[in-house]
Amino acid sequence: MENITNFDLDTTPLREVNQFLHGDSSKLNGQCVKIQNPNGAHNIAVGLKADVKVAIQGHAGYYAAGMNQLATVVVEGSAGTGVAENMMSGYVHVKGFASNAAGATAQGGLLVIDGDAGLRCGISLKGADIVVGGSVGSFSAFMAQAGNLVILGDAGDALGDSLYEVRIFVRGKVKSLGADCEEKPMDDEAKKILTDLLRKSGHQDVSPDSFKLFGSARTLYNFHVDHAGAY
Amino acid sequence: MSDSKDNKPKPAQPVSQTLPHFSATFDPQTMSQIRRAADTGIYDIRGAGAKRKLPHFDDLLFLGASVSRYPLEGYREKCGTDVVLGTRFAKKPIYLKTPVTIAGMSFGALSGPAKEALGRGASAVGTSTTTGDGGMTPEERGHSSILVYQYLPSRYGMNPDDLRKADAIEVVIGQGAKPGGGGMLLGQKISARVAKMRCLPEGIDQRSACRHPDWTGPDDLEIKIAELREITDWEKPIYVKIGATRPYFDVALAVKSGADVVVLDGMQGGTAATQEVFIEHVGIPILAAIRPAVKALQDLGVYRNGKNSVQLIVSGGIRNGADVAKALALGADAVAIGTAALIALGDNDPRYEEEYQALGSTAGAYDDWHEGRDPAGITTQDPELAKRLDPVKAGRRLSNYLNVMTMEAQVIARACGKSHLHNLEPEDLVALTIEASAMAKVPLAGTTWIPGVTQF
Amino acid sequence: MCGIVGLLVKNQSMRANIGGLMMPMLIGMTERGPDSAGMAVFTAPVAANELKYSLYAPSMEFNWKLLVEEFGSHFTNKPKLSTKGNHAIVITSVASQQVKTWLKQSYPNVHLLSVGHSIDVYKDTGLPADVAARYDLPTLSGTHLVGHTRMATESAITPAHAHPFTAGEDWCLVHNGSLSNAHSLRRKLEHEGITFETDNDTEAACRYLEWRMREGDDLKAALEHGFEDLDGFYTLLMGTKTELALVRDPFACKPAVVAEHDDYVAIASEFRSLAHLPDIKNAHVFEPSPKEMYVWKI
Repeated sequence: MENITNFDLDTTPLREVNQFLHGDSSKLNGQCVKIQNPNGAHNIAVGLKADVKVAIQGHAGYYAAGMNQLATVVVEGSAGTGVAENMMSGYVHVKGFASNAAGATAQGGLLVIDGDAGLRCGISLKGADIVVGGSVGSFSAFMAQAGNLVILGDAGDALGDSLYEVRIFVRGKVKSLGADCEEKPMDDEAKKILTDLLRKSGHQDVSPDSFKLFGSARTLYNFHVDHAGAY
Repeated sequence: MSDSKDNKPKPAQPVSQTLPHFSATFDPQTMSQIRRAADTGIYDIRGAGAKRKLPHFDDLLFLGASVSRYPLEGYREKCGTDVVLGTRFAKKPIYLKTPVTIAGMSFGALSGPAKEALGRGASAVGTSTTTGDGGMTPEERGHSSILVYQYLPSRYGMNPDDLRKADAIEVVIGQGAKPGGGGMLLGQKISARVAKMRCLPEGIDQRSACRHPDWTGPDDLEIKIAELREITDWEKPIYVKIGATRPYFDVALAVKSGADVVVLDGMQGGTAATQEVFIEHVGIPILAAIRPAVKALQDLGVYRNGKNSVQLIVSGGIRNGADVAKALALGADAVAIGTAALIALGDNDPRYEEEYQALGSTAGAYDDWHEGRDPAGITTQDPELAKRLDPVKAGRRLSNYLNVMTMEAQVIARACGKSHLHNLEPEDLVALTIEASAMAKVPLAGTTWIPGVTQF
Repeated sequence: MCGIVGLLVKNQSMRANIGGLMMPMLIGMTERGPDSAGMAVFTAPVAANELKYSLYAPSMEFNWKLLVEEFGSHFTNKPKLSTKGNHAIVITSVASQQVKTWLKQSYPNVHLLSVGHSIDVYKDTGLPADVAARYDLPTLSGTHLVGHTRMATESAITPAHAHPFTAGEDWCLVHNGSLSNAHSLRRKLEHEGITFETDNDTEAACRYLEWRMREGDDLKAALEHGFEDLDGFYTLLMGTKTELALVRDPFACKPAVVAEHDDYVAIASEFRSLAHLPDIKNAHVFEPSPKEMYVWKI
């Protein structure tokens, strides 16, 4: 039996909701928490560290599910800046669009955005996986270090600028690539990762063959005077 | 005379020669920099802070008690040194026994034993240490009784577990050596462990961002600080660290963004590595930054105003108890030391002179911290070099030094009749130079003149 | 740095209550801008031969009646007056240059906030809720409005430094961000004979765009020039007699959210300022793209 707890942010202060969600993980594990009337409030369900399910029933503000560990957080509307920023593990699902810096610096777990994501999606990504159903804005995967960014739509300017070992899969058009970002042959390992992420994010009907893979040309890894303009 | 028949020219009367004259503009140092640039095609990178001569605390003097005031007896009467940081919003403020803290320096920039020594030394005297770019090591947490966790633009090694383990969180916006610039760690120091902590390929030249990835400006910072508070259940003080450039505005905005403590780093503050041109030409000396920062706190009603106070920590060239006393007299609540702490541990020690020479430097001038070949085993990731630093002994050296600084500051405070370091005030100071007078807003010694404030 | 709000009411019956609709929007932006707040509201236009002037006096006890009497006897043309404490709206058919000159000479302490057929501007220091209460902003009626809450960056906190800024007639602008070349821009405009009232970077952007439009640019062309000449970061929201316009810098540094509904178009820095609008659930909510101009007409 799933245990459901309801909170209404119109009547309960956010601090109380978050403190509840920071409670003893052995009691929270497996529980379901519904948060009504988020109305764009910031910092909802941040710093979770239990295997709890949270449904944010509307639009969330900045940093929804920030630094998530283990928890499953579903934003039923759109999410503001920095959704799932620095996520360590778990699953965050935005059913609407996400604003800038979605999944910034995230180290683990899976962030799924059904709509578009704004600029700088996956900036400084450090190992997490992000799947965007729509398009992403400019400077996405800027200085991204590790992990996978899957974009079913288009990418804006300067995709993957100064990236490290992240993989970027794009199905649509790329407006421009950033410094040191280049198209790579889709090897079996990459294809397997992509197939798996498409399945986990509800896009199992989308063919992995329709994507291009981008990664680091690794020309900026050690400073060289002939690349000075790219720094 | 036979000589007169000789038509050979007489030996010339020696003509006086002028001494070789080096240009003040194109001095030997400057010329060496031009040659180096021409050779390599890349700007010079180094560690440490501004080395040029700057108006500094040395240009200020205390007015000790005489007839008009009554001093405290040196060895008997109490002169408090404790400080509380983070009273405004945090459930668990920080209590320090001395107002001298250890500035943020990363594991990566510094060796493991050096970080451990900092923790040991600081803990022994009841003050805090600070992590740096690259995260928190278990050793560091283990040896520092009070640990401030830096939250930086790169977010290398940032994770919520360590955030919760910290005693305070310092959101780093900039540092005095390079306000507006990001971090840098060259390949020589990206060891396997550092690479893993930062999630980077081993041996690459790491450049880190100057901007935080998920907020822009103080209006967003207010939300970011609220997030950090929510994650840590409002327990931990949140510091905001800025490099000194426009201190009045920047401090005011840090306060409005919700900071509990503002850390203000002048241009003398060190760095692990950045462009020399950045270190020497961007930012202002700490002497010029403290008064505008304090003014911002006063104008916002958060300066030494009970629970609703925002504390100010200043850094950048603090070397001795006199500097501590002067910084506090100008209005700081505490100071932070970085370079001085490394010297206390053994950095630039003349006993390694031969090895410094071999690196093309000399003890006292060695600043190629980014190259990771520090003979003292401090600014390195080379395991052999790092072994040279005994963290227990080095920690003891640091605690000795911190104790000396604290006692020196007390000597001055007692002489000025103060029963607590925090009762020092700008009126206890005079300046030796017009520059220092204008910057610190204390009168030129023997006059009532403060340029820009009072009539000559 | 700041919070911005904009509201354009398409449903005629809701226009009388535009102030009430706007209030939660402005309050929602309190944390983004606790230092000062301001509002430009576009109302039914005055007669074609008249203009209205929003005036700000330093004191709540200012004697507006005396000002109007002196004005009347000077120009033998008594203006219409409505007042709210230190704020007044004066309507007159006297030529605007004469009005401005007279004001400057007779009442140098009275600040001219706006001039136009439709625009009224209110702005002052303090928390948004306090400023709104001071000027009865909830009772405003009109077709569209532009509001702002300010967290001062590098210039003083005074009523004059509050947004909106205006230049010319029926034109205002609010800004979230910071310009890095505002001082040179200002010197360039001063060379063109344009005078400034504050050192605020937003005033430079405002006067720049108004100058471009006087030079013959339409708003779009003026903003295109702006992309070249304004360095730094900005989300700009502008109001004219008949429209609201929004633009974000190419980096989309500062936030903006739009809600388009059959009855209204609402814009704010964050969704929390839109959450309480009627029937928001059925609005089309989106984030405007950077470097793209959005215009909504009444």
